[in-house]
Amino acid sequence: MTDSKRLAVVGAGAVGGSVVELAADYGHSVVAFADSSSAVVDDDGIDTGTALDRKASEGHVGDGDPQDALAADYDVLVEATPTTLGDANPGFSHLRTALERDRHVVLANKGPVAERYADVRDLERDSQGRVRFEATVGGAIPIVSTVEDLSPSHVTAARGVLNGTANFILSRMAAEGIDYEHVLAEAQDLGVAEADPTFDVEGTDAALKCVILANVLSEGEREFTLEDAEVEGITNVPGSALELAAEDGRTIRLVGEATRDGIRVGPRLVPQNAALAVTGTRNIVQLETDHAGQLNLSGRGAGGPETASAVLGDVGRLE
Amino acid sequence: MTSTLDPDAEAESTADAETDPDATERSRPNRVDCTDPDTDADGEPQPHTIRLELADQPGQLLDALEPISANGGNLLSIFHERGNVTPRGRIPVEIDVEATPDRFDAIVAALRDEGVNVVQAGAEHYAEEVVVLLVGHLVDTDLSDTLRRIEDCSATSIDDFSLNAPEGRSDTSSARLRMATRAGEATKALSIVHEIAEEKDLHVVEPLAGGAV
Repeated sequence: MTDSKRLAVVGAGAVGGSVVELAADYGHSVVAFADSSSAVVDDDGIDTGTALDRKASEGHVGDGDPQDALAADYDVLVEATPTTLGDANPGFSHLRTALERDRHVVLANKGPVAERYADVRDLERDSQGRVRFEATVGGAIPIVSTVEDLSPSHVTAARGVLNGTANFILSRMAAEGIDYEHVLAEAQDLGVAEADPTFDVEGTDAALKCVILANVLSEGEREFTLEDAEVEGITNVPGSALELAAEDGRTIRLVGEATRDGIRVGPRLVPQNAALAVTGTRNIVQLETDHAGQLNLSGRGAGGPETASAVLGDVGRLE
Repeated sequence: MTSTLDPDAEAESTADAETDPDATERSRPNRVDCTDPDTDADGEPQPHTIRLELADQPGQLLDALEPISANGGNLLSIFHERGNVTPRGRIPVEIDVEATPDRFDAIVAALRDEGVNVVQAGAEHYAEEVVVLLVGHLVDTDLSDTLRRIEDCSATSIDDFSLNAPEGRSDTSSARLRMATRAGEATKALSIVHEIAEEKDLHVVEPLAGGAV
């Protein structure tokens, strides 16, 4: 059994909301919960049901100032605000505040570890708090902790299908013989793709995850950011290319590859029966190791409860 | 490897080698490589294929390998076709060796001195197969020029080609190329495809590096 922790959850989207909802199931209490405009703080534990209902009905979680949540008496800050690029704020400044107070940070937000990995590690070095970020790569799939268990120096490469939206579109195009625009519209209707799908279909989201994996693999020897990644999306893949691939027993997947030498994301030809040729929104990561051969980890790469389970797994791993 | 398993090609090349002792010389690669002249220069190690037929007795394979290492050959692969015994009851073995031309000649001579039945030696062996897709205005950007340049520039042969142009020649189309390259040359062949594609504003969909799946 893990020790009970007091959580402050910043970010009230699908992931933050699910963390708040599921925390008690994992033996933890939520003492603060904030979205971009409001907060609710209670040292004895907030009423999670009321806060989530208010978020759903009124659009905010409480009456407090969001800064109150950062100042609350918590053990672990769960950072689940939307991923931002460049300076990775406000996520990065939330992380800094927590570490300077010697509190732990669990990230669902990719920005700080994709764009400012060295800064994060520097702050962590000067703090009693630790930073964990399983939820930033592959949703529910335990990838970062698996690499840790194997030891990053014994993992030579990580590659995989890390964006469910792009994978849904490619697998539907291949299966139904319909073109990109139609499948995208269908994906948007189903809620699989966002109204603005750029981040997913241009490969940025998959690239950020690969950047994080490259940072983990290089163990501080070299810092990677999105700028270091060679990225191509799926918008240039026509149905005719998928047909030609299928005639040859292959298909096309948006595959990201991360090593200590760099990051590449782009549409790749893979055999139809290969482990990497997952269908629908499923994700997979393949690790190449020195002594353990190849490991394939597959599962749900997105979703509120799925990603929250990774966040709460990280909370459980903290001392 | 698949091309060497083609039974027709095998029969043909075996007959050729047996009747023509100079087959080794004639079939040595002489392709022009315009990106990296070093690898094809005389004296550089190159991959070679040797076909042997061994008696089905213990130790035969080991004896046949000894002259290869003794003469500085780098063993790339061994394909021991136990399930494919010849009419004379011998077992065909295909060995890929990397060696300089001089050393390769010494290896073949040493094998024959040892009494090993060498049925074919030296034919250039296209060891790696790479399938890529090209996407874009393939026809309008001179498709035959694209294919010719890939073959000219990368010690590559295009074994198979398919074009899929559902919207007619003027719109985006896709092509599948099956390229055969020598051992270790697939990466270079791909980089040449990328170079040509970039120039012609085409997109390349390639397999994963190192044949990973």
